[in-house]
Amino acid sequence: MRRFILIAVPYIWLVVLFLVPFLIVLKISLSDAAISIPPYTPQMGLSAGWAGFKAFVSELDFENYIFLSEDALYWKAYLSSLQIALISTVLTLLVGYPIAYGMAQAPDEWRATLLLLVILPFWTSFLIRVYAWIGILSNEGFLNQFLLWTGIISTPLMILNTDTAVYIGIVYTYLPFMVLPIYAALEKMDGSLLEAAEDLGCSRTSAFWLVTIPLSKAGIIAGCFLVFIPALGEFVIPSLLGGSDTLMIGKVLWEEFFSNRDWPVASAVAVILLLILILPIVLFQRNQQKQREMEQ
Amino acid sequence: MRRFSWFNATSLTLGFAFLYLPMIILIIYSFNESRLVTVWAGFSTQWYISLLQNQSFLDAAWVTVKVAIASSTIATVLGTMAAYVLVRGGRFMGRTLFSGMIYAPLVMPEVITGLSLLLLFIGIGLDRGIFTIILAHTTFSMCFVSVVVSSRLVSFDNSLEEAALDLGCSPFDAFRLVTLPIIAPAVISGWLLAFTLSLDDLVIASFTAGPSATTLPIRIFSAVRMGVSPEINALSTIMIGIVTVGVVTASIVTKRSSIAQKRDEQAAARTA
Repeated sequence: MRRFILIAVPYIWLVVLFLVPFLIVLKISLSDAAISIPPYTPQMGLSAGWAGFKAFVSELDFENYIFLSEDALYWKAYLSSLQIALISTVLTLLVGYPIAYGMAQAPDEWRATLLLLVILPFWTSFLIRVYAWIGILSNEGFLNQFLLWTGIISTPLMILNTDTAVYIGIVYTYLPFMVLPIYAALEKMDGSLLEAAEDLGCSRTSAFWLVTIPLSKAGIIAGCFLVFIPALGEFVIPSLLGGSDTLMIGKVLWEEFFSNRDWPVASAVAVILLLILILPIVLFQRNQQKQREMEQ
Repeated sequence: MRRFSWFNATSLTLGFAFLYLPMIILIIYSFNESRLVTVWAGFSTQWYISLLQNQSFLDAAWVTVKVAIASSTIATVLGTMAAYVLVRGGRFMGRTLFSGMIYAPLVMPEVITGLSLLLLFIGIGLDRGIFTIILAHTTFSMCFVSVVVSSRLVSFDNSLEEAALDLGCSPFDAFRLVTLPIIAPAVISGWLLAFTLSLDDLVIASFTAGPSATTLPIRIFSAVRMGVSPEINALSTIMIGIVTVGVVTASIVTKRSSIAQKRDEQAAARTA
């Protein structure tokens, strides 16, 4: 009996507050927008029984999805989200790998502190970390002041409200997610393998590419997915740092819902975003699974 | 064999400068006298004073803390139960669905979680407010708690629990007296994680909060959309300060206790 309660309580909680809401999104994505409260039809009429249910199902259609596929805005938003997420994942890797590598090479007594320094921003408010960049990247911001002062540029650069600012924001906020798994992989690495490679005539650079990189592959893959997956649906960064022409699907969904109040289209946007995410999520899970099996 | 080269030193210096400079600038300019946030005009604490007199920020902060405490506590209980079921529960009907529902919210975009919960609350006619934010935060943070706790449950020896059961403990007592003390550090870090996630959340709270309840991130977001303001800098500094003190204290405490534990283990090994 106790076991039943133990299973049932979290189970029912998740069914009611995770699974059912998602099915509602799916259902509304097949409904039509209407000027009513709530603003869509048809409504589920349980009182009408089976006939009512059949009538309800027959009114559902893929109209919103057809609308999405015909309007270039949504295509562009999905593609540009994929592009922004992909480019910023690569940039985060390029910034994060040397940090993780430096941490793994650092003397033992520094490591706990270095690790703490990477984790600390992760606990700090995401919103505040994005906000900090507004003052740096704006036209009269610190970066422009500094560049003008050094004489590298003569007129302020327009960085805030462009895609560049979005890239910077994503790299900055997701950096710990990239550094930590790579560091974990590098830390476990056996240093004698590098010595062996060098004894066998490898230069230090080629030993790095032939030994270190392959051995940290699992960490690199995990880090890339941990950045790519949340970056794809990102809302806060494009809306605070991006410009009006920065198209990201999280922002489109938000505006479709709050500004246009078109719930069925917003729901259809959400369903397609999820379909796009299934592939990277499955690949990520597989990588983690392989990792666990190798450790055992 | 480790070689800490100049290259490593440079990449660490640049990396940490990148991570910390934005926050340091933010903190310094929260003490700026001028309303222009990028021009230094002298030291002043006036923005802290005007922040503390801003009732709408204080109200939002209070709502946020209430939501965070309630949701992280419920999430810790539910998440620990879920972790226990997943690791020790054996087979039961719908186990695959259950573990799917635990892992899916971790990777679900916040906009989708928020949208779907809002549609549920409207569908069942639940008035939006503090209560609905708590429900929403509990749901996604219980999954994080359960991942943290289950990694601890996996790594510890099941035979301790079985010994307690053999010696006549009821399953509940075995959990309370043996399992819980062992997994306690994971349960506490799960609670802290849930608490921070709740404090930090803007997107899900924006969907599930009604007009009656505004959390601090929602309040900050609407202020930040208007541009940089010194009050927000002051508020950010306070929040960064609290987090820094918390994380540093927690890491010192964990380090001390792990040293003490090692000493005990060594002492036990010597006597044995």
